[in-house]
Amino acid sequence: MAVPNGVTYDPIDDEIDFSDIDEKYHVESDDGFDNVIVVDGVPVIDRSKLDRLLTKIAKDFTKKGSPIKSDDIFVPWDDAKDKSKGYIFVDLGNPDAAAFAVSALNDYPFDSRHTFSVNRFTDIEKYASLDETYVEPEIEEYQPKEHLRAWLADPQGRDQYVTYRGDDVDIHWHGKPSQCEVAFSKKGWTDLYVSWSPLGTYVATLFRQGVRLWGGPSWEHQQRFAHPFVKLLDFSPCEQYLVTWSHDPITVPPNMPQGPEFFSPEDEGHNIAVWDIKSGHLLRTFPTSAAEADDALTKKQMQWPALKWSPDDKFVARVTPGQQISVYELPGMGLHDKKSMKTEGVVDFEWCPHGEKDRDEAENAKGGKGSKKSRENMLAYWTPEVANQPARVTLVDFPGRKVLRQKNLFNVTECKLFWQNNGDFLCVKVDRHTKTKKSIFCNLEIFRVREKDFPVEVVELKDTVTDFSWEPKGERFAIVSSNDPNLGNPGPGITIKTDISFYQLDRSKNDFRLLRTLASRTSNTIRWSPRGRHVVLATVGSSTKSELEFWDLDFTSEDRREGQASKDEWGSAIQLLGSADHYGVTDVEWDPSGRYLATSASAWRHTLENGYAIWDFRGQEIEKHILDRFKQFIWRPRPRTLLNKEQQKQIRRNLREYSRAFDEEDAAEESNISAELIAHRKRLVDEWNAWRARCRKDISDEKRSRGIRNDGREHGDEEKEEIEEWIDEVIEQTEEVIE
Amino acid sequence: MRPILLQGHERSLTQIKFNREGDLLFSCSKDHVINVWFSHNGERLGTYNGHNGTVWTIDVDSQSRYLVSGSADNTLKLWEVSTGKCLFTWEFPTAVKRVSFSDDDEQVVCITEQRMGYQGAIRVFRLNFDGDGKDQDPEPERFFNPIGSKATVCAFTFMKNLIVTGHESGKVALIDVATGDEIQTNERAHMDIITDLQMGPDGTYFITSSKDKVARIHDTKTLRVLKTFSTETPLNSAAIAPNRPYVLLGGGQEAMQVTTTSLRQGKFETRFWHKVFEEEVGRVKGHFGPINTIAAHPAGTGYASGGEDGFVRMHHYDDSYFKSKPYGDLEIDE
Repeated sequence: MAVPNGVTYDPIDDEIDFSDIDEKYHVESDDGFDNVIVVDGVPVIDRSKLDRLLTKIAKDFTKKGSPIKSDDIFVPWDDAKDKSKGYIFVDLGNPDAAAFAVSALNDYPFDSRHTFSVNRFTDIEKYASLDETYVEPEIEEYQPKEHLRAWLADPQGRDQYVTYRGDDVDIHWHGKPSQCEVAFSKKGWTDLYVSWSPLGTYVATLFRQGVRLWGGPSWEHQQRFAHPFVKLLDFSPCEQYLVTWSHDPITVPPNMPQGPEFFSPEDEGHNIAVWDIKSGHLLRTFPTSAAEADDALTKKQMQWPALKWSPDDKFVARVTPGQQISVYELPGMGLHDKKSMKTEGVVDFEWCPHGEKDRDEAENAKGGKGSKKSRENMLAYWTPEVANQPARVTLVDFPGRKVLRQKNLFNVTECKLFWQNNGDFLCVKVDRHTKTKKSIFCNLEIFRVREKDFPVEVVELKDTVTDFSWEPKGERFAIVSSNDPNLGNPGPGITIKTDISFYQLDRSKNDFRLLRTLASRTSNTIRWSPRGRHVVLATVGSSTKSELEFWDLDFTSEDRREGQASKDEWGSAIQLLGSADHYGVTDVEWDPSGRYLATSASAWRHTLENGYAIWDFRGQEIEKHILDRFKQFIWRPRPRTLLNKEQQKQIRRNLREYSRAFDEEDAAEESNISAELIAHRKRLVDEWNAWRARCRKDISDEKRSRGIRNDGREHGDEEKEEIEEWIDEVIEQTEEVIE
Repeated sequence: MRPILLQGHERSLTQIKFNREGDLLFSCSKDHVINVWFSHNGERLGTYNGHNGTVWTIDVDSQSRYLVSGSADNTLKLWEVSTGKCLFTWEFPTAVKRVSFSDDDEQVVCITEQRMGYQGAIRVFRLNFDGDGKDQDPEPERFFNPIGSKATVCAFTFMKNLIVTGHESGKVALIDVATGDEIQTNERAHMDIITDLQMGPDGTYFITSSKDKVARIHDTKTLRVLKTFSTETPLNSAAIAPNRPYVLLGGGQEAMQVTTTSLRQGKFETRFWHKVFEEEVGRVKGHFGPINTIAAHPAGTGYASGGEDGFVRMHHYDDSYFKSKPYGDLEIDE
């Protein structure tokens, strides 16, 4: 044992057994040999050839990018035979160089008969001293994981939502009033915000170190993605992949752990990372495309999601503005077909979403049953006017890369692509300018994608369209248009007057016709119920107006069947169900079932009356909470239904029976609540009265001790004294002499 | 319910108070004047002139004979209610923020501001009503400086020599005036400055309001919080409605922030909350500035509110107020 710092050596220590501590704090002493490698497979030679061999080896090493001198080589010598032993030691000077040499020169064919096998000296040491006896690997006990979709099996069919307030993240159940409860709550669960995955399986929280995913009924940690200073994230539609973005370019510090789930040196300087959710592995990183043209694009906000996923998770694409669309194939993340789609001037693109039918077909095709080919992916992009070229919207199929339809447009300022969520229609909102470029008006170019040759309809509008929204799974859309002169220069206290218009596909004429216009509103946001039919118009982000209007587009035809057009007068079925007001509303969101609407006023936008409210589809307030520092409200999305078309029809047919059961439940619930509430109030009153009785006793005790008459003044209320006052007022007095 | 608008002040109200019968309403304001009104018709009976600074606080004895007032001119004045004459003036180094009569009318407690190197102080005076009332002892019977955060409001309790105080830190304390010792404290009663403290009908419980947007009912003896009323606006005043199980809360956004907000956002409403169930039952609009002070008619037939806007609104309840039973037939003791 060494004597540290001259401390006198105490012989008693000798008798104490330190071996356990020695073992625990044993310092690996192999540090010094990290820069030495062992090269095996070197020709066995005698002394005469030694110099030549060393020169040759040094040359080969240098050629491979690992420069050494022949002095660095140590050749062990078999003195008995006076020959070399067939292996050498090379000192590379530092561990990094050694590591490089191992990777560069292992399996290096030195000549026809000799191939080097290169190892770290420390590795040899390690493996040589390895315990050779076979140890049965311990089989880890199988621990069943929680079901990630357990919440769907809730017997009451409740939905969940997450709220983020202050540092608290709460996950709530939302159902009938008695069934609303907090499912889970955790302080400091996130540093920035929370996010659900698109099918609701995971909840993602963001930390300085990266993203974490949680799931299952007890919200166990599921996966982590180490992307420091992550700011934005985006899931692929089928929840297989995750894209993260951080403003700070990736750096890989020297002590960074290595592995498939961590960044490696070639990722340095990039901002966007793509991860596999199940394995947690990093698939690929990208630089932010805006970084390439810094000054031109800094004014423009970065597009997010920067990577756009095809609806089946097979491809992901990114656009390099003005140049190309690059499509990468999953899961390898290799560039599809090894080349990008070069498209001069391309600004933006969108994948065509898959409808329910497409997914069914795709599933059948995968099972090998369906003879029909499932629908190919499709994407639409637009290019602006350049020189003599008109602006263009192009539909391309993928991976075929065949141009399906192209439409030329003129006088285009800006285009926006809106796919209907089943992929039946594509609306291109074209902001056009007049020849003088002074005023802007709007055209809607609607591609009917399911039909042969992709016919295009044009709806021309005089005003500027600020928002466009398709009815989910429907043939209607709503637009917000405005001709307010204040449009485009927002200021405090200015509320822009808008018109809301509904359009529907007229099956007989095959074009989109105006259903109805609601003139001079302030609404600037359209929120369709996820099941269609109901729509909410909201005035969001205004400091003076905060109206919510709940509309039903099929009010008269109670049971509208899909595809069956109503025979009533065009546009007559639109009915206002109710209007409401949520002061300072910043976010409006339907629950996935389309039964409830949540509005929230987030402290990220302003600090007045933060909180959230939940309404039913008719605009009746169900609950409202005003909470300081309230930040975020998101419903948990639901995955696609597992019932097929037949089963759904069956349910719709038997709706009466089901609804009877539900009505009974509701009635029971109502009586239950009121009983509970009454009991609760009774208890409160009893508690209060009991406490008051004690107080009265206290008072009388106190008074007695002070020697005051117990029935003091407070009982001896003075009697009311009524004083009647008669006031005679003589207004006029005339004297008349009667003859 | 049609309120009577009492327009007699030129600046914002600081405190209003009914006499024990409720026929008179006293109001004081930053315009240095104290007014007294007939509560049933809103006619002004008279004024008490003499203060030379904001009158922060007033209180009237149970016989409606004497009035005390505390002002920013560093004086405490004793008035004869019926004549408006000032009987006596006490002078202090700093402003008087709160005054209150004891139940037997013989004592007055007053809080003076902590300022200009002077500590906040609580003084108790014993009044001398022999003769014309002008012969008062200029020295307080009790004097002490409360420890810790400064006191903002106070009141006598039903227990001998004990007062409750509300503090700037949100603390509520039960203090023995004889020794100045804190008998009981609740440090976390509120999270912000306590703006008002009003006793229940028999003094066994009291209500406090605070800028932390919460009003609370406390047990006087133990200072235990019995009920909590959480609103979304800073509260300036809270009162307990006699005969009916309600409390009245008033407040609104700070005057300095009001200019940037509309009337709707300011929430300048009197809120009625159920005293036992802690649920809001109604609101009364009217003021166009924050409500600074609320007083409930002792007979429970009405209430008055005084606002930053300089008006006092005297409300007499409609019949429906007395008849309605929003929570069914539950007997609730006062």
